Amino acid sequence: MTAEAVQVIARARAARQTRSLVVTVVLAVVVFATFCVSLSLGDFKIPVIDVVKTLFGGGDHATEFIVNTLRLPRALTGLLVGTALGLSGAIFQSVARNPLASPDIIGVTYGASAFAVFAIVTLSLTGVAVSAFAIAGAVLTAFLMYVLAWRHGVSSYRLILIGIGIGAIATSITSYLLTKARVEIAQQALIWLTGSLNGRDWSNVRSLAITFVVLLPFMVFLVHQLRILQLGDETAYGLGLRVEVSRLGLIVIAVLLAAVATAAAGPIGFVAFVAPPIARRLTRSPGPAMIASGLLGALVVALSDLVAQHAFGDMQLPVGVVTGVVGAPYLMFLLARANRVGSGG
Amino acid sequence: MPPPSAVASADPDLAAAPARPQRRARRTTLVLGLIGCLVLLILVMLLSIAIGSKQIPLSTVIDALRHYNESNTDHVIVRSLRVPRTLIGLMVGAALGLSGALMQGVTRNPLADPGILGVNGGAALFVVGGIYWFGLSTLTAYVWLAFAGAAAASVAVYFLGSLGREGATPVKLALAGAALTAMLGSLTTALLIGDVDTFDQFRFWSVGSFAGRGSDVAAQVAPFILVGVVLSLFCGRVLNAMSLGDDVAKSLGQRVGLARLFVAVVVVLLCGAATAAAGPIGFIGLTIPHVARLVTGPDYRWILPYSMLLAPILLLGSDVIGRVVALPGELQVGVVTAILGAPFFIILVRRRKLADL
Repeated sequence: MTAEAVQVIARARAARQTRSLVVTVVLAVVVFATFCVSLSLGDFKIPVIDVVKTLFGGGDHATEFIVNTLRLPRALTGLLVGTALGLSGAIFQSVARNPLASPDIIGVTYGASAFAVFAIVTLSLTGVAVSAFAIAGAVLTAFLMYVLAWRHGVSSYRLILIGIGIGAIATSITSYLLTKARVEIAQQALIWLTGSLNGRDWSNVRSLAITFVVLLPFMVFLVHQLRILQLGDETAYGLGLRVEVSRLGLIVIAVLLAAVATAAAGPIGFVAFVAPPIARRLTRSPGPAMIASGLLGALVVALSDLVAQHAFGDMQLPVGVVTGVVGAPYLMFLLARANRVGSGG
Repeated sequence: MPPPSAVASADPDLAAAPARPQRRARRTTLVLGLIGCLVLLILVMLLSIAIGSKQIPLSTVIDALRHYNESNTDHVIVRSLRVPRTLIGLMVGAALGLSGALMQGVTRNPLADPGILGVNGGAALFVVGGIYWFGLSTLTAYVWLAFAGAAAASVAVYFLGSLGREGATPVKLALAGAALTAMLGSLTTALLIGDVDTFDQFRFWSVGSFAGRGSDVAAQVAPFILVGVVLSLFCGRVLNAMSLGDDVAKSLGQRVGLARLFVAVVVVLLCGAATAAAGPIGFIGLTIPHVARLVTGPDYRWILPYSMLLAPILLLGSDVIGRVVALPGELQVGVVTAILGAPFFIILVRRRKLADL
């Protein structure tokens, strides 16, 4: 390679990295702004400045109570759930090398839903017990999926197909349980199935935060390998990657993230599906834009919850109703625009 | 993507492809397989007419078909309940199998099911809207609503996916479809959460069932499905060319954009009508083409007819079982299909070398 070519490549790479960085910083700022706005709104409105002051420990007694005790747990749960879903979606889509793959579509969340609906409808459980069932469902589904897909290693394609199969069973069990239940209980199950942040408290935040802290080092380590894995199994083998080990590790992380998020807020739809492609298109990153995906997931959930809580007057909708409406049009806009400027895809 | 070892020991059929006699033998096997499927399908149809929640002796069933007597209740059951139901199962199955194969071919994505064009999402939203705003509750009304919703949604998806200078690329179509489905799903849930009565009716439609569909529903959807089936059997060659990628297809003289539009229209006809008749049944359109592909290899001229026959076998078989296992009630066909079909599908996926898309 001539020195000139090296320079051109270096310049292009630098431009992309700058863009990634700028996008990430802007996203972080927007997420924080949305977060503060959501803390300031409610029955008792607090100016955003006071919210920021309170967050950094400088508010008076009343605002401190309202912000830190009443509103913060819900907002934080939303942020963490969104981040978890965004990251989980990014990992799934890269491992499967398929933009349609996400924990929603591959069946992990369907497994969680079937278990949770069983807990709500048949065992009449509520609260933490339902969450426990959801986690159990997600982990069991993922475990079955992986074991059944194993045959001299796991090919992504087989993993996806088996995921679809298991997901189909779980979905039909869910709809069957819904038709068997009394309509009021089925309605309650529907709200859980939609995904809601109503009444979330510090215990939810704590479990999410612990998961993040535990998983973070593994994530940092494995995401690096994800880039190689994305080149296809053969190439990755050729480059000396232990493909099966890395893939298993990544899937475990993605499943745990999706499971914990689902347990905390129900299977909020479409966040995991919609965040990674938007992040990719914004950063123009060739690989999975992990940080941007996480931030976008958080943003979609935070914005959706803002809309769900305050845009319909007295009626508080579950957040999952809104995520589709918030995320989808933007993705469609990006799809249309990206192609007009010529970068296909 | 097969591991390296699988590439080395490639399919012997493939290695010997140029040899004429072998190819002819393969074709004979495939034709025989197709005939076998047809026989199986006819058997399942007969079972579906003969078996039901009310036990009717076989001789009476045959009598009802040959010398119909209006005053005999058993005859009426066979003629006005079981026969239309079987016909609907046949049509819905064929339509879902075909549209699934078409959709996976045109998007080149193994995860694409006919619903990915927004068909199910649109149909569901319109049905819910009809119940919520107009208080509709008859199946015949649902049929038109579902069909209108399916058509509207897929037009929107196709339009969104084809914005920009490259036109409707597979990835854009798939993403646009999934995104719009997400949006429609949100709107549907918003209506359902606000209103218990609507939800109460909707949950029975959305599970996917043939119960209570009479000859009127069959007559409503039959023309669409017939036209769709005929058109789709012409798509094999086009899909084969497109499966090589857009550029190769173009260089082979294929008008890619036009072909894609044509396939999309056929999918809407088929899947829209099927969803209208039986509610959203997800599993069949997604998996049956993969099963067909395991038998036939990647040639769409064979995948399409195999999908068309295999899907109704599974669907009608599940419907018969659903009617028998939960007497006196019945299990909805959508539930049984997945619970029966999915393990079988998983075994197949594990057993055979996968034909990649």
